[in-house]
This record gives sequence, C-alpha cells and structure tokens, in this order.
Amino acid sequence: MNINRRHLLMMLPAAAIAWKHVLAGTPEDSPNYKMTDHWWGMLIDIPKCIGCGNCVRACQAENDVPDGYFRTWVERYLVTDWDIVHPEVISPDGGKEGFPAAKDVGDGKYFFVPKMCNHCADSPCTQVCPVGATFISPDGVVLVDQTYCLGCAYCVQACPYGCRYIHPEKRVVDKCTLCYHRITKGLTTACCEACPTGARQLVDLKNPNDPIHAFLKTHYVQVLKPQMATGAKAFYNELDGSVR
Amino acid sequence: MNGVEGYMYPNEIRLYWSVLIVLYPYITGLVAGAFILASLVRIFNVKEVAPTYRLALLTALSFLIVAPLPLQLHLGHPERSPEMYFTPHATSAMAMFGYVYLWYLMAVLVFEIWLDYRHDIVLMSQSTTGLKRLIYKVMTLGSTNVSERALAIDERAGWIVTLIGIPSAFILHGYVGFIFGSIKANPWWNSPLMPVVFIFSAMVSGIAGVMLLYMLITKLRKLPIDMPCVDTIAKYLFYIFIIDFSIEMLDLIHRIYEADESFRSISFMVHTKLYFSQIVLQIYIGTFIPLFLLALVQVKKLSAGVRKVSYVVSACLIEAAVLSMRWNVVIGGQLFSKSFLGYTTYKMSLVTHEGFLMAVFLTILPLGILWVLVKLLPPWHDKAVGEIHAVSATVR
Repeated sequence: MNINRRHLLMMLPAAAIAWKHVLAGTPEDSPNYKMTDHWWGMLIDIPKCIGCGNCVRACQAENDVPDGYFRTWVERYLVTDWDIVHPEVISPDGGKEGFPAAKDVGDGKYFFVPKMCNHCADSPCTQVCPVGATFISPDGVVLVDQTYCLGCAYCVQACPYGCRYIHPEKRVVDKCTLCYHRITKGLTTACCEACPTGARQLVDLKNPNDPIHAFLKTHYVQVLKPQMATGAKAFYNELDGSVR
Repeated sequence: MNGVEGYMYPNEIRLYWSVLIVLYPYITGLVAGAFILASLVRIFNVKEVAPTYRLALLTALSFLIVAPLPLQLHLGHPERSPEMYFTPHATSAMAMFGYVYLWYLMAVLVFEIWLDYRHDIVLMSQSTTGLKRLIYKVMTLGSTNVSERALAIDERAGWIVTLIGIPSAFILHGYVGFIFGSIKANPWWNSPLMPVVFIFSAMVSGIAGVMLLYMLITKLRKLPIDMPCVDTIAKYLFYIFIIDFSIEMLDLIHRIYEADESFRSISFMVHTKLYFSQIVLQIYIGTFIPLFLLALVQVKKLSAGVRKVSYVVSACLIEAAVLSMRWNVVIGGQLFSKSFLGYTTYKMSLVTHEGFLMAVFLTILPLGILWVLVKLLPPWHDKAVGEIHAVSATVR
C-alpha cells in the first residue's frame, strides 16, 4: 500500500484516537457480564432504615471515599404536625457513626432517609459535562471517567441531589458508582451488603425475576424530586412528602 | 458545623465555584460591552463616540485574552482543557466555550483590530527601527498594500466583521448567562431571563468601563476630554442601564410574587448573607445612585466639570454593581442547600490559586495588557501618529 503525505495526514487524527484507547487500557474482565441485559437501580425501604450508618462506613471503606465527602449518607428527619413541609434534618458526618438519641417526638415523627446518586436515566450531570467524562453506561449506571474529567464541577452544580463532590486529592469529580466493580461480577453493592435490615436493595429492572417488579406493584414507591424529571432510579418506599 | 445554618447536604458545605468564577462572567461582560460600544461607531454611525472606538476594541481584546485564565486556574486538571476542543460533549453548554471564545477572539476581535490598524501598522513598520520594526513587520502579515483601493476594502471588510461581531458579542455573553440559567437544580440560577440579564449588564459594564478608561487616559495624556463623546456614551449607558435594571427587577418581582418552594431560602439569603452585596452594593449604591446621576445629566444643564464628575462616579459605581451582581449569582447560588433547608458560608482564601490575591491580579492583568497594546497600537489619531504618517509619506 502506497501512503503519500496526504493520506498520512488524513490518518493522523484516527491514529491519535486509537492511541488514546491503548493508553486508557482495557476494562477489568467480566466475561459473563453483558451490559445490555441489565438496567440497574436501588430500592430504599425507608421504614426499614434504622440509621446505623453501616452503609456509609461500608461505602467509604469499599471505595476509598475521603473524610468529609460522601458517596452515600443518611439523613434523620423530624417532621412535626405543625409544619410538615419544613422538617428538621440532621446528618452528622453523613450519619457514618449513627445519630444522637432522639428527643421526645411529641407532635411529630422521626425517620431515616439514606441518600446516594439516583443514577438518573436523564441525568443533568451527564448533560452538562463539557467533555463527556460523565456518562450513563448501557446498564443504567452513571459513571465518571476520572482520567478524562477536567474537574470543572459543572456536574456538581447540576446535580439536584447533592451527590457529587470534587475529590480533594484526585481533583476530579467523584460519586457513587453503584459499586460497578462488584455488580458486574454478580455481587451486590457494599452498602446493600452491609445493611442489617435490608433497607437497601440493588434492583435490576431488566431482570423479570427481580422482586422489584412485585414490590413496585404493591407499595407506594416514589423518587426524590420527581419535578426535576431526571428519570431517577433510586426508588424510595413510603417516601414522606417533606423529604428533599 | 462551622458556617452552616440549618441542613446542607454533606457534599454542599464547601463551595465548588470560587471568586474566580465570579470574575469570569465579569471579564467576558466587559469584553462584550466594550465591543458593543465600538459597534456604535462602525455600524450605527454614532460619530460622537468615535474617539473611543479603537480604545474600546483594544480594551475588549485585553480582557478577552485574560477571560479563560480564571477558568483554567479553577479547573482540577487544566492540562485536560484542550479536550473541550477535541472531544466536546454536544449537550453541554460549557463545551461550547472554547469555540465561542476562539471565534470571538480570532474571527471577530483580532481580525477587526488588524483591519482597522493595518494602515498604521504598515506605516509604523516603515518608520520605526530595530525590534519595533520587526514586530510591526510581523503584524502586517505581509499585507503592505496601503493604496486607496486596499484601504477601502479594509474599511468594507471591517464593517462586515463588526456586523458579525455584534451577534457574536451577544452569543459570547448570553452563553455565559445560559451556563447558569439552564441549571434546573438551582432555582437561584434557573431562569430564561439569565442570558438576557447577563447581556445587558455586560453592555453596561463594558460601556462604563471604556468611558472611564477614556477619561482617565485622556487626563493622563493632559488632553481635553471630548465632552460630546462622553455625553453620548453616558446617554447610551443610561438607557441600557434602565433596560438592564428593569429586567433584573422583573426577575426579582417574578420570584417574589410566584414564591415557589425555593423562595423561603432565597428570601432568607437576600436578607442576610447577600444583604450587603445585593441590596446595599448592587441596588442602592451601584444602581440607584448612578441612575440618578445619569438621569440628572439628561434633564438638567450641568457644567462640563459636574458632568465629568458624575460620569466618573457613575462608571465606578456601575462597575462595582456589575461585579457584585456576578458575585450574587455565582456565590449566592451556592450558599443555600438544594434541600432548601439550610445555608453555608463562603470562606475566600487569600493566597491560593483560587484566592483573593489571584482574583485581584486577574482583574489588574487586563489593564497591564491594555497598556502594552496602547503602546504598540496607539488608539488615537493625534500628533504622534500624524508625524509617522508624514514621515512615511516622505520615505515613500
């Protein structure tokens, strides 16, 4: 094959892209995992959460989350009868070490709400990323290519749920990956595994045998901030209207 | 927690966009506004403001050169920023920055300045010596034809470039407003009026900035200030400022009347954390006083001295108002929780790469660049340039 200067110049951009892929390396091998067979989400059963903080600790240990930042956290709500839309909320250190003893409830109620990335199908964070470092995988998990992220924090601003942060050492955005390194190997997430009451359950909406289908039919399930129309896939059972 | 009132999502306690992101829309606004002032001369034929035409273009260029610096310094990985050019994400407003910036810098501003100065550059490349001569030679780009026909082509091309430049200036700054206005997660930013507010406030800050610079430089050059020129600029400034203020108030009144779920948070913020920067500095000091002074000049016959003082005071206060408006948008938008249940505090560092001193440096830097540009490309047709023309005429 004769390659003249013109052909060489035309091939250079393609070669540059190919070289980038070589440098990026190959993803970890999961030979039995087929992305298009799954559509992942999370079921969070609010009445079951006891605010122990196991999930937060497990997540931090599994994913090396820096202190003071959270891929998941737990909030404790106190909603009084007199002002049901303005609850009193606390989350000391993300609920990692549990919560202080509750005072007398009186005219109101306490409950815990675990929070995490909602892995939105129409995620605003993915939309705004200037280089496409944030993306949604074919199996419905919002991920970040940290070798590509600029660290501009536009996605942090765009997330309605406060689930993203700039990693203080890596200087790129970090967030819940739904323990992608685990779920592609047939395991559940670290937070689900650590939850003593089963308040968190990894769900696969493409799996017809997943109990989520029956659960959704028989329970009052809601997503956070539905008015944002993000296609959130963190499904909350018995979500109180005061939760933001 | 220190600096937090009520409840913030734990990742929201720190602010991710600092004072440098306040400077970015302020600086691009000055660029767009200065260019619009220049276009008054070229496209809208407002001859009175001609003395500021070249100064406006050079001011726009000085600030445009600095505009990406705050963004670069803010990035976690600035070395990856070229990826925005090579692999832009089509759905991201921010991804367009590189293209909008390059278009405006190269296709509009630099090209227009070159066309306007080409005659002078050619003459100066003949009349100067040494390094200066070399610089001017390079700046001619080999185009040394200064025949009447060539200059007429320059003039025509310059007119077309300015014509293209007006919507480009609107895009440059309207797009900055869109970056904020399109974030539905943040009710303080999320408004279709945001790009419009940004465009008009940009015009106000740019026009006031060039007027101030013109008066200051003329004073330093010990020359009389062209009063019809500054009177006309002040007139345009007054009208545009009224439109700008009206749109901002429309936005505010709409929020107050609608009082949606975010209103409690926003109202609390405006009455506490943003009270000084928004109510006192932006509205009372930075808007009412200049509007009053500019209106007074329109309706009363005041002496030149009083008018000059009014213009300088107005321009300074307007700059403070527009800068504080950027602060209120960028910093204000991060001070309340997206849960609407709490507030945090912005702690500006002093000497870090995103700190106060860096912000001061980046504000002064364009003025330094402008000084160099003015030395290289004198924006006024006065004695010095006239002599060059005469000398080169004899050389030829």
